[in-house]
Amino acid sequence: MPTLENTTQEVLTLAEKHFNLAPGSLSPGDDFFKKLGIDSLQTLELLSRLENHFNIELPDYEVQGVSDFKTLAERIQSRL
Amino acid sequence: MLDLTKYSSIGAALKDAVERFANETCLIEADREREKDRLTYAEFGKRALPLARAIEDAGFSAADRAGIIMTNQSKWLISAYAVFYSGGALVPLDYKLTPAEHWQLLEHSGAKILITEHPIWRQLSAHPARANARNLQAVLVTEAPPNADLSGAHRWEGFRGETAAPQFAPRQRKDLASIVYSSGTGGRPKGCMMTHENYLEQCVALTSLYPFWPGVCYLSILPTNHAIDFMVGFFGPFTCGASVVHLRTLRPEFVREAFTKYKITYVSLVPLVLKNLQKGLQARFDELAPGKRRIFDKLVALNRAFTRSHPRLWLSRRLLKQVHAAFGGELRAIIVGGAFTEPQTLQFFYDLGIPVANGYGLTEAGTAITVNDLKPFRADTVGKPLPGMEVKIADPAQDGVGEVWVRSKTVMSGYLNDPELTAETIVDGWLRTGDLGQFDARGHLHLSGRKKNMIVTEEGKNIYPEDIESVFESLPVKEFCVFAANYVWPKRTMVGEQLVLAIHLENNQVFSAELKGDIAQRNSRLLNYKRIHGIVLFGEDFPRTASLKIKRNDLAARLAQLDRDHAILPL
Repeated sequence: MPTLENTTQEVLTLAEKHFNLAPGSLSPGDDFFKKLGIDSLQTLELLSRLENHFNIELPDYEVQGVSDFKTLAERIQSRL
Repeated sequence: MLDLTKYSSIGAALKDAVERFANETCLIEADREREKDRLTYAEFGKRALPLARAIEDAGFSAADRAGIIMTNQSKWLISAYAVFYSGGALVPLDYKLTPAEHWQLLEHSGAKILITEHPIWRQLSAHPARANARNLQAVLVTEAPPNADLSGAHRWEGFRGETAAPQFAPRQRKDLASIVYSSGTGGRPKGCMMTHENYLEQCVALTSLYPFWPGVCYLSILPTNHAIDFMVGFFGPFTCGASVVHLRTLRPEFVREAFTKYKITYVSLVPLVLKNLQKGLQARFDELAPGKRRIFDKLVALNRAFTRSHPRLWLSRRLLKQVHAAFGGELRAIIVGGAFTEPQTLQFFYDLGIPVANGYGLTEAGTAITVNDLKPFRADTVGKPLPGMEVKIADPAQDGVGEVWVRSKTVMSGYLNDPELTAETIVDGWLRTGDLGQFDARGHLHLSGRKKNMIVTEEGKNIYPEDIESVFESLPVKEFCVFAANYVWPKRTMVGEQLVLAIHLENNQVFSAELKGDIAQRNSRLLNYKRIHGIVLFGEDFPRTASLKIKRNDLAARLAQLDRDHAILPL
């Protein structure tokens, strides 16, 4: 199983691709609402992409209140 | 549909609906592409009655209050029916609130039982504020894994099958049916006390314009604590024998699929989701080859011309077949509410032959006050008052704009435990909404700003400044206060509402990058839709009362003398 660090990095890389950002422009502690200027629906689109990548299901309620990549990666890690 | 004028309570009407429409499909629950449950009205009743018995056995009786904190799912409705059957009042809470906020409202409402989902209960049960909800005697938890630690709660699914029948508790029209918190989680909780009459009257008015019948299928993607979903995704369809489909995700790909799979008739959305839907459709239209696009645009223009006076669904479905097929081919209207929707979004859908039931309402008035009656469709207004609603513009200015006042049987009986606020809000039977507007010659209401210090987000969330101030407590400045920018600097608009933080620095203190960073860091602790967008520096002492409370109105008047564009420093 990948480490939390690996998962976090994969989340960041995928988010950078999804939002057309330069590699390395996002960090684990970044607040994605603020940094990316996205709304809750755009977050759901990112989640769908993450689910396909990690081959898991993340129910909407699991990510309720999550706004940084590190916590998001932790939620994914717990389902790997 | 049932003749609701003959009923004295929600519970009595629902009980009759369950018997009268016994064999009709009542609820369908889908999680992504999977259908998880499908119940007829008779099966719905069988699922709910053991639960009613269980809460009665736990000491719950008529007039007691039951909190429900759930995402969008069918167990919300089953639980609510059980509560109404036992004569209780509902306390529907938004699952997106924090555990501290949930406990505060459960305590304030005096809820005796709580019905919630296991992931929510996991957080709630671990929170220290649990000790404050002294009235709470029993907790029922849905979907707990087999070996989960329930922390004193009971398993919701454990109450099924044959049990002794519960006692149906009749209620009167003026009795309390629910306590709906319109806001006030951080400061002064505003628990709107809604009576059975409020809901019965509202349901009659709304279904006269947007009727349900057996075979109609309503797609529920808003949680049912939302006043609109409660009315058009529960009470309205149930009293007409219609079906409700719960989709447990908001992911666009599954929402799209649900429309075609279940041949949806109505859906309710908040403006944010509607705009997103518009963006998605627009992107698909823009991808059409030039020739096809020209034909498509002509068909849209033709549809617009033919539906100018009123919708012609059969014609729109033929002219714009593919668009309607993508929505399942049976969609009659999209109901939008919770916040202001921009006219161009409403017009976009109407031109495609999909009427958007746009309106205006607030919890205190019993959901909707005005609704577009589509005779003809108007994108530039929030419609006409619903039957039974008296609406007037108080103290209009020279341009005709004044505060919207409402008098109707749907207006709440008051705020729970707050007679002072109730007396300020309902005067001589008129509910003072705090919203500004005017009527046009055809009787349509136009909204044009707010008189009250609050904002409403596109997700339909009411945010009051005093509710978020605690996050800035002990900020190293002399004093601070949060305002809705449009309250300080009134704008005749309902869009682009933002919150700002007014700060008064200590003597010789400068507005440093460090201080700005501190504010930004605290701001990020708030849920994204509650955050402030700018800072206003004010160089004088804030006006205060004898008990040292900030005089918000006076401070706002003084801030208003600053030039808005220069005064607000972006965060």
